[in-house]
Amino acid sequence: MLKALPLVFCLAGLALYTVLAGADFGAGFWQLVAGRGSYAERVREQAHRSMAPVWEANHVWLIFVLTVFWTAYPTVFGSIFSTLSVPLFIAAVGIILRGAAYALRSGTQKPLELRSIDMLFSIASLLTPFALGACAGAIASERVPAGNAVGDMFSSWLNPTSILVGVLAVATSAYLAAVYLAADAARLGDPELERAFRARALGSGLITGAIALGGLAVLHSDAHSLYHQLVAGDALSTLIASILAGSATLALVFARRFEPARYSAALAVSAIVAGWALARWPTLLPGLTVQQAAAPHDTLVTLVVAVLAGGAILFPSLALLFRLALTGRFDHAQAGPTRGAGRVLSASIPRLRSRVAVACLIAGVGLLNVAEAGWAHALGVASLFGFIVIGFLALVPGTLSREEALTRPEPDEPRGST
Amino acid sequence: MSALATALAPVHQQYLVEARQMQALSFVAHIPLVAFGISFPAMVLFVEWLYLRTGDPLYGTLARRWTRVVVALFAVGVITGTLLSFEMGLLWPNFTARFGSVFGLGFAIEGFSFFMEAIFIGIYVYGWDRLSPRAHLASGIPIIITGFTGSWMVISVNAWMNHPGGFQLRAGKVVDVHPLNALFGNSYLWHELVHMYIAGYIVSGFVVAAMYAFGRLRGRWGRYERTALAIPLTIAALAAPVQVLIGDWAARDVATTQPVKLAAIEGLAKTTRGAPEHLLGWYTEGQVKYGIEIPHALSLLAFHSWNAKVQGLDVVPPAQRPPVNIVRIAFQTMVGIGTLLALLGLGFLFVRIRRKRLPESAWFYRAVVLAGPLAVVALIAGWVTTEVGRQPWVVYRVMPTADAVTGASGIPVGYATLAVVYVLLACGVAWVLRRLSRAPLDIAPDQQGV
Ligand code: HDD
Ligand code: HEM
Ligand code: HEM
Repeated sequence: MLKALPLVFCLAGLALYTVLAGADFGAGFWQLVAGRGSYAERVREQAHRSMAPVWEANHVWLIFVLTVFWTAYPTVFGSIFSTLSVPLFIAAVGIILRGAAYALRSGTQKPLELRSIDMLFSIASLLTPFALGACAGAIASERVPAGNAVGDMFSSWLNPTSILVGVLAVATSAYLAAVYLAADAARLGDPELERAFRARALGSGLITGAIALGGLAVLHSDAHSLYHQLVAGDALSTLIASILAGSATLALVFARRFEPARYSAALAVSAIVAGWALARWPTLLPGLTVQQAAAPHDTLVTLVVAVLAGGAILFPSLALLFRLALTGRFDHAQAGPTRGAGRVLSASIPRLRSRVAVACLIAGVGLLNVAEAGWAHALGVASLFGFIVIGFLALVPGTLSREEALTRPEPDEPRGST
Repeated sequence: MSALATALAPVHQQYLVEARQMQALSFVAHIPLVAFGISFPAMVLFVEWLYLRTGDPLYGTLARRWTRVVVALFAVGVITGTLLSFEMGLLWPNFTARFGSVFGLGFAIEGFSFFMEAIFIGIYVYGWDRLSPRAHLASGIPIIITGFTGSWMVISVNAWMNHPGGFQLRAGKVVDVHPLNALFGNSYLWHELVHMYIAGYIVSGFVVAAMYAFGRLRGRWGRYERTALAIPLTIAALAAPVQVLIGDWAARDVATTQPVKLAAIEGLAKTTRGAPEHLLGWYTEGQVKYGIEIPHALSLLAFHSWNAKVQGLDVVPPAQRPPVNIVRIAFQTMVGIGTLLALLGLGFLFVRIRRKRLPESAWFYRAVVLAGPLAVVALIAGWVTTEVGRQPWVVYRVMPTADAVTGASGIPVGYATLAVVYVLLACGVAWVLRRLSRAPLDIAPDQQGV
């Protein structure tokens, strides 16, 4: 039980990553196929605007999965990363390019610059989910043996199952993104964009479903045991759940009920992740079970405690972010410019603070650099931090030179805000 | 189970050197960015607090413009960090496979920390004008805290690699693992953490000040620019002298826990009583040539005693010694720059306190322009000292780096690709920062003062 718990965390994280970051990748897909012209510009702009506040938080799910996984199942992690080094490296480069595009976009001024950066973003947005999906396919079809780079460098991930899962990952992302963007456009009261994304959601939903069902034939020939588990074993229930949730989403999008559609789309995708896990349970890699691969007892206990404690802080914060983003608090300026307290900062250097700062410095040197004991070093470091902080507080209020102490602005001056 | 323990057996990797360089390249890209990540938000928040307190629109403008820089740098920090975590598996699968259960927890907690950081950066950045001023200021505080905890967690892993504990090795298997003990019960952690955290403030303080100092040399010197220069420069000027003191502490810790690293830092071939210190020079054939010798200085600095015995490189066989000149030169670069930065800082504080104004000499501002990039060089040089000085071990005296490396081929291809990507990324970051700094100031001209 304890040995499987971190795996459950990883799968939950993976499902969240697929759903949340998937939508983010998909936004890149729609930017790519938006074409040209002012309408296409609006599609791109909307895709960017919806994702910019949340992409980093969405992305961290991947980091979460990686770190929990390598702590709890270190040998499995090492085996996967050494055999699948090529697709994982491609995914990493894709992630770098995507993040760079987010960072660079804020500096663009000319349409050409904007378009080239969006192009970079879009290509990376296709590359990354495909590569990650191909890795999932490789593991699911038992092509990653335990050991340092024991599996084949190319055929492990360039095979029918991997390609199928890779394509499915791209299609799913596009579908999720379209649902999310339609919901955002509806919230922003933009009927034209809403119609556009609704049509895209319906179309890509149907295509994704078709690929998934057609893919069963690929699995039948290429990964027969996986196929067998999915259609006849424990995983069948998740397959059915996914089909039901997927169809429900289509119906909801058709009925323009986008809010619930977000959740049912997420459910459909999570069911696939769960299905993968159930189909393979209890092995992680061929011949290597969860029981055998798990880290020692103490590590697992501390890890589980850390994840639960971290989750207790994390989820409320995440809820806050999404509430602000999804209820449109980030869309329009609401609060006016600040009415400052209008306090005047003195330009002189407070004597007392300077003296305390110097005292801290002297104490710090004595405790850290002359004394030898551990407790003295701790106090010494604290004193030196005290020197920096108090010294800063002593010096900064009078930041500007003598003649021009900071004064409060005249009452009739406009209060600036960007 | 026993089959498993050897499942990831060491392999011969033809391109071990390239793998190491690839790792080093990725760090060199990540570290300066995160130096900003741990310190710059605090400065932005301080300026916003000044804005709320005084209502002076100048501070509001400054905080907003800096926020845009925070966003851009944070995004790049996140992706370079992601690549680092991929490399733990892509380049060093044996290291992670064998010791993941020991150090992995540090990264797992770090993951949460960055999660919180990303969430609150999202709220802070997109919450300008959308949240009440107080709520907005409050939403920035978790960013500062998580920046600290994040670096704490990573550095606890690094400190463990340098001074491993909290586990037993039995027949090549890791047993008796106590991750909390390994990560946080480690005396080596504290100097690294404090030294790196202060380095973050030094780097972002001097780099930001350098931008405005450059502007001043070009004649941009309004009230806005003066404020924007004085705040980071004051922090850096206070932190730089302190860093010298912390560095001394770090060196004494190294002397007791990693004597071979210290010997490499100093180019000390033979175990010596009352060992001298050499400034500059080049280590060859067991001695430092062309250096300036200060008798007894090493014994005095490292052990606070005139005739203390200092272990030399000869305490281990040649195969277990790090490349001496790389470590020495990196160390001397850091210390040299650190000393200059501390002097510059003290000079600034002197003028500021005695004359109650900012310095006026153009030479001072030229020096500040230089101090920015030099601080980054010191940061990287410090890490090269730590990491290369640990060689040939990835886990000090437990696992050689050669045993950690991946068996996958194609490292040179990955290395070349990554180098190209990073060059492009660096150009992109330079471009966007330039653009952000060129954006017209949006405070009314009459408030800008002269
Ligand atoms: C702005 C950056 C900066 C500056 C000015 C200095 N350092 Fe440093 N130093 C670092 C940035 C740094 C670092 C990059 O942050 C390192 C790498 C690992 C660590 O803990 O801090 C480091 C490591 C490091 C180590 C090795 C610690 C280890 O292996 O664990 C020593 C002995 C020193 N430093 C000593 C000094 C001294 C005596 C300095 C004074 C002049 C100094 N440093 C200035
Ligand atoms: C001294 C060493 C390090 C420090 C101080 C440090 C600090 C930070 C900080 C403050 C961030 C937040 C992003 C930012 O502010 O730009 C960050 C991001 C990141 N770092 Fe590092 N880091 C270090 C080394 C490493 C190493 C060795 C790894 C992995 C092996 C790593 C992995 C990451 C990851 C994955 C992220 C992105 C997290 C996210 O998605 O938000 N870092 N690092
Ligand atoms: C804090 C977390 C860090 C961790 C967990 C870490 C981990 C590693 C690992 C696994 C290696 C490869 C094995 C080896 O060559 O020994 C390595 C090498 C290296 N790292 Fe670090 N590192 C950290 C911080 C840094 C930073 C901040 C730098 C900054 C520049 C750095 C510079 C290097 C260099 C230059 C090497 C190559 C050494 C050589 O091969 O000679 N490291 N590190």
